[in-house]
Amino acid sequence: MSSAKSTPAVPIAPEGWTPQAGPDPVLRAKHGLIGAQVSRLDGALKVRGEARFAAEYPMEGMAYASLRYSTIARGRITALDTSAAETAAGVVLVMTHRNAPRMQPPPLFLTAPKAAGGSDLPVMQDDSIHWNGEPVAVVLAETQEQADHAAALIEVLYESSPPRRFEEARAHPRTPNSLVGQPVQVLVGDAEAALADAAHSVDLTYRTPRHNHNAIEPHAVTLAWDGDDLIVHDASQGVKLHAWTLAQVFGIDESQVHLTSPYVGGGFGGKTVWSHHLLGAAASKLSGRPVRVTLSREGVYRLVGGRTNTEQRIAIGGDDDGRFTALIHTGVSAITPYNALAEQFTFPARHIYATATLKTDQQVVDMDMLSNSFMRAPGESVGTFALESAIDELAIELDLDPIELRIRNEPEKDPSSGLQFSARHLVEAWRAGAERFGWDRRAAPGTRRQGEWLIGMGCATATYPYHRFPGGGARIRLDKTGHATVEVPANDMGMGTSTTQTMVTAERLGLPLERVTVAYGDSSFPGSMLAGGSGQTASIVGAVIAAQRALVEQLLVLAGEDSPLAGLTADEVGGRDEGLCELADPTRWESYARILERAGHDEVTVVASAADPDETQAYSMHSTGAVFCEVRVNSVTGETRVDRMLGSYDCGRIINPKAAASQFRGGIIMGIGLALMEDTEFDERTARIMNPSLAEYHVPVHMDVPRIDVMWTDIPDPYAPAGARGIGEIGITGVAAAIANAIYNATGRRVRDLPITLDKLL
Amino acid sequence: MIELTYTRAADAADAIRRAEDENAKYLGGGTNLVDLMRETVEIPSALVDVTGLSAEIEETHDGGLMIGAAARNTSVAEHPAVRTRYPMLTRAIVAGASAQIRNMATVGGNLLQRTRCTYFYDTDGSRCNRRSPGEGCDAIEGFNRMHAILGASSACVATHPSDMCVALTALDAVVHVRSTSGERTVAFGDLHRLPGDRPDVETSLAPGELITAVQLPPSELAAHSTYRKVRDRSSYAFALVSVAAALELDGDAIADARVALGGVAPTPWRAWRAEEALRGRPATEATFLEAADTELAEARPLAGNAFKVDLTRRTVAAVLQQLTEGARR
Repeated sequence: MSSAKSTPAVPIAPEGWTPQAGPDPVLRAKHGLIGAQVSRLDGALKVRGEARFAAEYPMEGMAYASLRYSTIARGRITALDTSAAETAAGVVLVMTHRNAPRMQPPPLFLTAPKAAGGSDLPVMQDDSIHWNGEPVAVVLAETQEQADHAAALIEVLYESSPPRRFEEARAHPRTPNSLVGQPVQVLVGDAEAALADAAHSVDLTYRTPRHNHNAIEPHAVTLAWDGDDLIVHDASQGVKLHAWTLAQVFGIDESQVHLTSPYVGGGFGGKTVWSHHLLGAAASKLSGRPVRVTLSREGVYRLVGGRTNTEQRIAIGGDDDGRFTALIHTGVSAITPYNALAEQFTFPARHIYATATLKTDQQVVDMDMLSNSFMRAPGESVGTFALESAIDELAIELDLDPIELRIRNEPEKDPSSGLQFSARHLVEAWRAGAERFGWDRRAAPGTRRQGEWLIGMGCATATYPYHRFPGGGARIRLDKTGHATVEVPANDMGMGTSTTQTMVTAERLGLPLERVTVAYGDSSFPGSMLAGGSGQTASIVGAVIAAQRALVEQLLVLAGEDSPLAGLTADEVGGRDEGLCELADPTRWESYARILERAGHDEVTVVASAADPDETQAYSMHSTGAVFCEVRVNSVTGETRVDRMLGSYDCGRIINPKAAASQFRGGIIMGIGLALMEDTEFDERTARIMNPSLAEYHVPVHMDVPRIDVMWTDIPDPYAPAGARGIGEIGITGVAAAIANAIYNATGRRVRDLPITLDKLL
Repeated sequence: MIELTYTRAADAADAIRRAEDENAKYLGGGTNLVDLMRETVEIPSALVDVTGLSAEIEETHDGGLMIGAAARNTSVAEHPAVRTRYPMLTRAIVAGASAQIRNMATVGGNLLQRTRCTYFYDTDGSRCNRRSPGEGCDAIEGFNRMHAILGASSACVATHPSDMCVALTALDAVVHVRSTSGERTVAFGDLHRLPGDRPDVETSLAPGELITAVQLPPSELAAHSTYRKVRDRSSYAFALVSVAAALELDGDAIADARVALGGVAPTPWRAWRAEEALRGRPATEATFLEAADTELAEARPLAGNAFKVDLTRRTVAAVLQQLTEGARR
């Protein structure tokens, strides 16, 4: 400890501090915790199988649920015979629209701060059918096998009409109300006129297919009613949102829903409120039994919305130097009348290039399908495929290196809002990445060959917005041993949130890692958070900053006149060496334990709310990056193999390089799937998903994943808590374009519709 | 619940006796049958575990190999005699499934795999003549990228999923079967049936007949053989097209050849016409392409799989070219 005393204390953020006011004081810390390679604190527990997931909570008298799904997309149930199921062995309850309790539809995401419904369709309230796979019956039984068997005995007849097809509906699109709360259209100047006048231009159409969620943990919930209180063990990306949403459905107060979700086997945007939550709770109410619903893999495809398909137009006009005079990104995606997510694929074009004129616009077409939803960088993942492919095509038209073309169009300020960037070091990321990758070895299209294999390199820009959600809160409990417990209603779905937050909090308070516990995944914790939009890290840090100030103010009161800290204010002290010291005179120091001991307190607890995220009003805030890849394409069979990838990112401060590298790599692997294989087979005749399994819905296998290098600028963002802008989703962005561009470089063939399967390259 | 008995057979005679019920099924590694039961495509009344039957891989008096039906795919692929004398078989096996599945799967079971057509598997929501004869086929005008271009019918366009069987048909394997009425042998090419108007009848085996062994005849040709599988990802995907081939040269001419195709037909597809078109001709790319074209003359591609015609042609030629280069080295 004595050697550590030479390190400076971490000041307390000023009263009323918001990120807009300037850098988080923790960025001045030199204790060495931020930026250290720390293994996930929950790792050993998970490896030992001791981390309990939603489907593993035992409840006294619990019944198992099985769902029966509709096989038509549009129409109504005309006959429903449940008699065989009701008399089958072990059956506790058969619930259909005829006996399901009345429930309010789940409030749709973004319609209220804590709304978490993926769809606001009423669930099992009448005989109408709106998508192929809609649940028509729930069976509860003493065992899962009994429930599954009885569910299969239910006879259902339908009256159906043909579902709408995309190509036909395409003729009558509508404009959505917003794109995740942002305006649908952005116009700067007259982009169409500028395009027509441009010396060089491309005007192209790109298509991306539907995708489905495949988290390693299928959705599950174990729940029970205790009077009018609902106890829920959930797999959730937002415990407070789930609790509030279920409260609305059942007409109870959100405080009556006690929802925990400490461990989640991957979320990716899919672990929100879907009909299994409602049906489980309804069946539990009806039967008086605790209920477990564990969706099968097929069940996840039938009940949990994924990514919708898109058709995108990119047009870019440039002068002889390659400077953009027009940038147009428009398009159409499929949606339902029961959700509001248009897959905001036009967002990247609003922020990443300087252009004299800009137009982005989106439309949607209603289809008879399960509501599409958030999935792995919604918008940016497929939007960057189109935009960054088109940049490559323009570079070829201009005979310019595609990196040089991008750097020439690097904006000084946000091209759509006109705001300054909070921080932007994308050019550095490009240069560092290009050097490490060996971009200078790239050859002319179709000229590198090894036997049957054609080899090529490609690159693309990665981008994802910074988010910090309003309403964040944190409780800190400091005990007399000097151990701090932070409680935040956050979720760790495997990305290392709890580890990262332990590091930042320890750094801030001047504690070693082992004296900090970050508790999360519990709806009883203060405030609200969402593990989404790559915004949770900033949201938690923002709340802990506020709570730390409240804690220090209380400690200084408790310290009293006999403390070396007597008379100091929170603005004059900082955290160091398991206590507080005066910033100006670090010898005035006292340990947290001693302060509590003298005051005769076992512990001190504070609760505080995060400052509003005003930084995003003042600055344009985005993580960015440069993605490089080298591919081989077989000249006989058209098979593509990715040989190596590199991601060079500018995401602000990287708190835990070990977890960050894993996040980036995971995203890049998803990008490989997006580029080469992921494709939901949606049979438009029936609007039924035909490949609801990991055998037929292809994601990359180990052999598809090459060495992946990741690097980052690590330059703190002065306007983000902990200087960190978010890394969760950027990894997938840009990858599909980088691969498509590399395939072009290898073969001279351009593929504009995903996935790039071998038949498109024969 | 669906009642089901499970028993282990001590030997072949015991297995046959235990499987007298018409809804009984022999259970090998279970890597396909158990899946089919979970999806309720198969609802057997009795499972007779035949993994205790012979798993031996033995030399035959004529210089071939006899492989017990219970031999695991992995042990066949790794057997030194298979690797050196029938390399296409090793390559075909390791191109299939995953290591874990190959460790479980038996030779007998592999022969009786059922198609992975997604409409066949969708018991709840799709029509399938192979599953429910006469019901109709939703694949013909649906997703048929994985489906057959050769040998299909208006009732069924599904493909046979096995890689191993493609090599076995090229190797002229002989299947030993046994039933209450005795033992018989079936030429590999006669084991699987084309769908015609009865796609549900997939093999020439009678009810209750048990595969006891697969015999590989001696073959000089087979030592110069290979297997190439083209698919949508590097591993754990069924073939879009696969080619098992062997080539024997006499100077620059082709003395003899074996070619079989996977992923293109409802059965492992022996390319007899291509073989005929190769014999005695110069071993050139032109010959290889012409032979492939001869085989593909009757290809009937569907909306989603027309690319397979060209892909088959290219892959056949590339494989034969590779064997030619290997033979000259």
